[in-house]
Amino acid sequence: MSLRPDVLLAILGMALASYLCRAGGYAILRAIRPPPFVQQMLHYLPGCIFIAFLAPVFAQLGWAGWVAGAAVLLAQWQLRRLALSIAVGVGTLWLMQVLAG
Amino acid sequence: MSEPIPDPLAERRGFTRQGFDRGARAALAITLGLSPFGLVVGMAADQHGLSLVETLLMSGLVFAGTAQLVALQLWTDPAPILAATLACLVINLRMAPMGAALAPLLDRVSGWRRWGTLAFLVDNAFALTVAEQRAGRRDAAFLLGVALVMWLNWMTMCAFGHVFGAALKLPPGHPVFFASSAALLAILVPIWRGPAELLPWIIAGVAALLVHGAGLGAPWPVLAGAFAGAAAGAFRDRRAA
Repeated sequence: MSLRPDVLLAILGMALASYLCRAGGYAILRAIRPPPFVQQMLHYLPGCIFIAFLAPVFAQLGWAGWVAGAAVLLAQWQLRRLALSIAVGVGTLWLMQVLAG
Repeated sequence: MSEPIPDPLAERRGFTRQGFDRGARAALAITLGLSPFGLVVGMAADQHGLSLVETLLMSGLVFAGTAQLVALQLWTDPAPILAATLACLVINLRMAPMGAALAPLLDRVSGWRRWGTLAFLVDNAFALTVAEQRAGRRDAAFLLGVALVMWLNWMTMCAFGHVFGAALKLPPGHPVFFASSAALLAILVPIWRGPAELLPWIIAGVAALLVHGAGLGAPWPVLAGAFAGAAAGAFRDRRAA
């Protein structure tokens, strides 16, 4: 149960940097008048952020990951229960790893 | 754009108790998916010699798993103040466009409701909030409700990982770590608004893979993909208009 000053400073630096990222995008948007093209981009940005986040992850997971991912999408599309879809994905991946030996 | 004129009544409608509760319930459904990540961060903090107090302080104030993991990989003795700060700045840069995309919601509130809610912004909370926004509800308290439940779960799991991590021994490729990717993937279903999303999403994925393949690490694949995809969508719409 210790809190070293150098560790505390590092943590505070990390926290400050993270808050600047979280609030900065909105603050800049409100400080300047964004051109219509940028406003149009914001319309598409949310989905694109997550696709861009997931694409390299799935590229590394290989075919088992793709099957598990398809199971997640199918479960969510049909049943609309997030907790269930997550469990289906993890279960599918686990099953395939067991089957692959 | 100028600062919206404060209107106490409108502000109350943009930040409701019901919205907070809806958010908290929505978050409970995906805590399962986020728990393994918290465990990993708690375990990593333990391995790099952080005390439980330091681990919880970091997780509580930074509340960003990937950034914390990268910072911990850079950890030295004495603590790398500059390197850890820069790691958070670079890796959390992806959250700047998220805050901007939530403008329709944040514009309706001010003060701590706006700037305090932003402090808890994380990927999954953002995704759930966008889905909520696209279902026609604009309530910043929803985001706060989601984020606070995630934060509590995050703190619990980080503590658990720190205390019991050595005993758990989960190998890096274990299927439970797929849970956080599965959570994001599942939230894409309610975010999908129809075929107009197809082109931007494909461009986003291809651009992210190209940048990733070129050997650039976080956050560059995410930022390049997100902006390329969004620009493709905006460009197409403006040509059609």
